[in-house]
Amino acid sequence: MSLLEIDALQVGFATEAGLVRAVDGVSLAVERSQTLGLVGESGCGKSVTASSILRLVPSPPGRYLGGAVRFDGADILSMPREALPAIRGRDIAMVFQDPMTALNPVFTIGHQLREVLALRFGLARGAARERSAGMLKAVGIPDAGARLDQYPHELSGGMKQRVMIAMALLCRPRLLIADEPTTALDVTVQAQILHLVRELQRESETAVLFITHDMGVIAEMCDAVAVMYAGRVVERGSVVDVFERPRHPYTKGLLASLPRPGHARKSPLATIEGTVPSLIAPPAGCRFAARCAHRRELDAARARRCVEVDPMLPPAGDHPVACHFPLDAGAPAGNSA
Amino acid sequence: MTAADEAPLLVAENVYKHYPVRGGVWGRSVGAIRAVDGVSLAVAPQRTLGLVGESGCGKSTLGRTLMRLETPTRGTVMFEGRDLARARGDELQRLRREIQMVFQDPYSSLNPRMTIGEIVREPLVVHAIGSRTEQARRVLELLGTVGLDASTIDRYPSEFSGGQRQRIGVARALALGPRLVVADEPVSALDVSVRGQVLNLMLRLQRELGLAFIFISHDLSVVAHMCDTVAVMYLGRIVEEAPVEILFARPAHPYTRALLAAIPSLDPRRRTGAVPLEGEVPSPIEALAGCPFAPRCAWVTAACREDVPALEPVETSAHRAACIRRAEVAAAPLPVSGAPPRAPGASP
Repeated sequence: MSLLEIDALQVGFATEAGLVRAVDGVSLAVERSQTLGLVGESGCGKSVTASSILRLVPSPPGRYLGGAVRFDGADILSMPREALPAIRGRDIAMVFQDPMTALNPVFTIGHQLREVLALRFGLARGAARERSAGMLKAVGIPDAGARLDQYPHELSGGMKQRVMIAMALLCRPRLLIADEPTTALDVTVQAQILHLVRELQRESETAVLFITHDMGVIAEMCDAVAVMYAGRVVERGSVVDVFERPRHPYTKGLLASLPRPGHARKSPLATIEGTVPSLIAPPAGCRFAARCAHRRELDAARARRCVEVDPMLPPAGDHPVACHFPLDAGAPAGNSA
Repeated sequence: MTAADEAPLLVAENVYKHYPVRGGVWGRSVGAIRAVDGVSLAVAPQRTLGLVGESGCGKSTLGRTLMRLETPTRGTVMFEGRDLARARGDELQRLRREIQMVFQDPYSSLNPRMTIGEIVREPLVVHAIGSRTEQARRVLELLGTVGLDASTIDRYPSEFSGGQRQRIGVARALALGPRLVVADEPVSALDVSVRGQVLNLMLRLQRELGLAFIFISHDLSVVAHMCDTVAVMYLGRIVEEAPVEILFARPAHPYTRALLAAIPSLDPRRRTGAVPLEGEVPSPIEALAGCPFAPRCAWVTAACREDVPALEPVETSAHRAACIRRAEVAAAPLPVSGAPPRAPGASP
C-alpha cells in the first residue's frame, strides 16, 4: 500500500457560467520517502489536487464530486470532520506558495511555532521555544532566538517561507505537500529552500509531493513525476523516463519550449499554439487534441479518433500515458538531444 | 561587426536614483534607499542588453529611470546625444516616442474597459499623431505586426489569454515607432508553453524593425537566449557586464557565478545539488563600506571590505567586473548547469 493514494478524484467549482471540473479523474500515488512532482500550467488542477488531500478546497464554491484520497489506507474525503485536525500537521503538512497568507499576522513567529508543538506533542512553553529555535536554525535563519519574537511582516519573503517549512517540519510529518513553495522567491533563495527540503527528507524519510510549474525544479527534486493538463494526469513516470523519453505530446512540447544552455541564441523557441479548453464543457475526445502537433501528422482516421475518443491513463505501468498514439519511445526529448 | 563597434543608441553615465526615507514626527529625511547607485551602461542599436539580478537589486528602477518614467537623482542618460534626464516639454515628448515599455503583468497593464483598438491607439492620441483614419490604419497594421487578427480590434482584454495580452502590450509599445523598447520581465507572468510565442515575437520584431531592447529579467536561461550583452545588478550597482557567451562561460564576479549555479538543471541525471549562496541581500538603505557583496561572498578577502570595487576590464574591454579577484574568479571551473549559450547561427 502506498502512503498516499489519490483515486479518480473529481473536484468541481460552481461558477455563474456553470460547473468547472477543475480536477476530473486524477489518480496518483506517493510512496514512503519518495518525492513525487506534480507539474502543469496554470489552471491544470494541480493545486486543487494538492488542497484536496487535506480537504482544504473551500466549499462553496468547491465540491468533491467523486473519487477517494487514502492516506495510509484511511479515506480522508469520507472521514468525519473531527478526525481531520489529527491528520493535518501531524501526518501531513503543507507549505504554500505565499507564506504571507499562511502565517497569522497578529502572532509572533514563536507563538505560531509553539502552538504547533503544543498541539502535536503537548510540549510546554520552554521546551517548545527551544525546539522552535533549533528548527529555525536548521532551516538557515540566522539569529533564531530573536526571530521568534518577531512578527511575520518583519521577515523577508525567503525568511517567511523558511519559517513555513520549519513549522511543517517541526511536526515531523510523514508527507509534506509543497505547493509552489519557491515560485515567489529569487533563484538563490530557491536553491537554499530546495536544498533544505532535500536535506531534511534525507534525515527524516518524509515523503514529498512537490507541486510546481517549473520543469527545472522537478528535475532537481523529484524521483517520479505526474504531468497534468486540463484537470487530468496525462503522463506519469520516473523523472528520468519522463524527461528523456516523454510519451505525451504535451509533455514533449513543454520540455521543448524551455530555452536550454547550449541552444543557439536568438533562434526561435518551440511553442504550443492555442489555449487550454474550457473545463465547463471539455471536449469529448483528448483535451490536448486541438493543440497537438503530433495529431496533425496522423492520417485522417487516427486524427479523428483523438477528437472523438477520450484517452484514459492506464492505471498501472512504469510510464503510463493518456494518449491514443504515444510518441515513439526512441524519439528525442525536445530539440536538446 | 560587434555591438562595441557601433555608435550606441543610449548611454547612461553615473546614474543614481535614491528615494528618501522619512522618519520621526516631522517626516524629515533620515536616509535614502539607494535603488540605483551609480550605473553606467550603453545600448547599441538593434541589440539586446539584458539586466539581471534578484528582487530589489534595482533593475526595474533602472529601466524606468532610463526611459524617464523616473527622474534620476544624479547622472546623465543620453539618447543619440540628447540628454533624456534633463529634457523638458516638447523635447521630452519627442524623446519618449523613441523609447517605449512592455510591462510584466499583461493582466494589470491593459485597461479592462478599453477595447484592444483603443489600447493600441492611445499612444497615437496622446502624442497627437495622424488623423483618426490614419490612426485606425496604423492600429490595424500594428495588430498584424504582432500576429493578432484584425477582428480583435473591438474586443476587450478579458477575452484574451496571457500570451495574447502580452502581444497587445507589444503592439501598444510599437505604436510610436520607438527604436528602443524596455521590456520588464515580459514573460514572467506567462505559462512556459506560451512564453516562446512572446519571445519569438520580440526576436522577429528586432530583425524586422531593427529594434534595440533592454530586457529586464530574473530568469537567466531566458536572458541567455534573448540577449547580446548582459549586465548583472546587485544592490543598485552593475557588478558584471559582458557579451552573453562570455558571461555564461567565464563569469568573473562571484555573484554572477552564484546566480548561474542556482539555475535548476533540466537534466535529472545531473542535478546541481549544492547551495550557491548563503544569506540574503542586505538593506539598500545603508551605504556599506567596501564591496556590497562581501558579506555573502565565498571569495572574500580583507581588502574587499575596504573600498567599493569599480567595474574594471577582465580580459577584454567588453567584459568588466567589479571584483578585485575577477581574474581568478573568471578562471575557476564552472558548475554543471552553466553551459554557455551558442552564438546565433553557430553550427551545433
